[in-house]
Amino acid sequence: MKLKRYAFGATIEDRVFDTFNALFMVALIVVMLYPFANMIAISLNESLDTIRGGISIWPREFTTANFRAVLSRDEIYDAAVISVARTLLSTFIGVLSALMVAYPLSRKNFVLKKPVSIMFLFTMYVSGGLIPVYFLMRSLGLLNNFWVYVIPGMTSAFNIMITRSYISQLPDSFVESAKIDGAGEFRILFTIIFPLVLPVLAVVALFVAVGNWNSWFDTFLFAPGRQELSTLQFELQKVLQAASQQIASPDFTRAGMEAGTADMVTPTSIRATMTIVATVPVLFVYPFLQKYFVKGLTLGGVKG
Amino acid sequence: MNGSLSATSKKIEAVSLKKSFVLKDAKDFFKKLSVQKALVLMCAPFVLHIIIFNYIPIWGWIMAFQEFRPHLGISGSEFVGLRQFVTLFQDPLFTTVLRNTFAMSSMNLVFGFLSAITLAILLNELVNKTFKKVVQTISYLPYFVSWVVVANLVISSLSPVDGIINRVLLATGILEEPVLFMGEEGYFWWIVVFSNMWKNVGWNSIIYLSAMSGIDPELYQAANIDGAGRLRRIWHITIPGIMPIVSILLIMNLGWILNAGFEQQLLLTNPLNMRVSEVIDIYVLRYGISMGRFSLATAAGVFRSVVSIIMLLSANAIAKKLGSDRII
Repeated sequence: MKLKRYAFGATIEDRVFDTFNALFMVALIVVMLYPFANMIAISLNESLDTIRGGISIWPREFTTANFRAVLSRDEIYDAAVISVARTLLSTFIGVLSALMVAYPLSRKNFVLKKPVSIMFLFTMYVSGGLIPVYFLMRSLGLLNNFWVYVIPGMTSAFNIMITRSYISQLPDSFVESAKIDGAGEFRILFTIIFPLVLPVLAVVALFVAVGNWNSWFDTFLFAPGRQELSTLQFELQKVLQAASQQIASPDFTRAGMEAGTADMVTPTSIRATMTIVATVPVLFVYPFLQKYFVKGLTLGGVKG
Repeated sequence: MNGSLSATSKKIEAVSLKKSFVLKDAKDFFKKLSVQKALVLMCAPFVLHIIIFNYIPIWGWIMAFQEFRPHLGISGSEFVGLRQFVTLFQDPLFTTVLRNTFAMSSMNLVFGFLSAITLAILLNELVNKTFKKVVQTISYLPYFVSWVVVANLVISSLSPVDGIINRVLLATGILEEPVLFMGEEGYFWWIVVFSNMWKNVGWNSIIYLSAMSGIDPELYQAANIDGAGRLRRIWHITIPGIMPIVSILLIMNLGWILNAGFEQQLLLTNPLNMRVSEVIDIYVLRYGISMGRFSLATAAGVFRSVVSIIMLLSANAIAKKLGSDRII
């Protein structure tokens, strides 16, 4: 039975409250979206015009020069490739690892259930710290190495927990009947469990993908020496740093001219354009996965 | 005499029973292990993984008690007991850094909770379901964007040259001339809190919203019949309804209080606001990686972890005493 909002008649309090609520939400939408709209406008606006100030959510002098300047740079292109590569690889491994640990942990009679759970849970609260981890990476030869983006982050206790919660809610009959038919655990996991837990796996995939795409600190710490290992976010961070110190970037200015336009491309425009380049994939993928993650997360998380 | 004899024989019996239990348990255990070897095989590589990447670094805590030199390694470096910790606490910079970390973490915690719960309540009260969905979707968008991007947006917005904040404040007459917000120490913590809220409020509200959807609608009807207005219904039904999940999350977050990210601070720090913006991990980075004072930096990290554990266990114990759900 659906509860009708004003089933018992709307009071003045109701109307006032709802009006304020609606206004508040509109303000919220503006606050959330304005920065993005502004960045998009600046990135599509002619550089020298932007300096005059006053750009809001619409470009005054439309141009694609900024994007051409940024995307024509080899460094940016290569960094994008690295970002995509690490994201895809890590997401695949992350989902696989969550599944392969969560399933045994979801079996009530699993002999090692308690020790393994505790081992993973513990990692959520205690970590070695930056220095020991740095030395570990060094000893393992992962410094200045592409695999530092993929291997250390393979497991996530949180992802395992939500996947396990979700699996626990599946009726036992699925697994039991498969066992009666003689199926082995691996077969059960991949042919029966896997299709049934897609929502929570979508959540895990989203977390891992976004985490990897947005990651810049690991580049900063573990692979600063090699330009070819740079990621999009790290390149963006460099540009941000430069802005923080307020240094003009002559390289980009030159790139703007090389891109075939007569305009100079200012750091402000560069920053805005790079911000959009670094964010667009996320903005794209997000609406599609959005419907999964609320369901997958809360079913897994609240009970978990 | 008889009494003590029978007592002793009972003791012997008990001990031998225990021994046979232990043996039986062990045999049982290995038997089960071999039956379930597929399951063990499934998770084994990842258990190995966390042993290498999560547990071995903890072994590195020993560095905090040494005068570590990389070329000597852990086994070769001199053991100095608590000397690094003493140096740490005597360093006025460390106390400042500790203050900063604690201040920003607690502010983030308080405002984060209040804003997320408030947003959840307001979203829950929205009449139009489509509008609610739209607002929700937009509200968690900033969560998925990286801190680099958000820091960029923050610095742009606060720019005295063309930033939107200054523009609005000037236009409404609140300010007479633009303010360099990022350069003033007094504003920094608030900048951190608000940008954190902007980024996370939507996401954090998800869990409260889903908890609210579990509240029995009849409670609201009953309250309405009894004459309770909107605000009173929220206060007496919605809020108590989400209290269990609020306490669980509060406990978890208290345990993480000193862990609260430093990415944000690292990206927003500049020479002008350094005194209030540096947090423990930035201290570790500077002293540890940049200046090579590995032991000191490790000591700072160890201190941080130990405090986290203590806070987590205390929060957990308090929750247990109060009767709410625990997390461990």
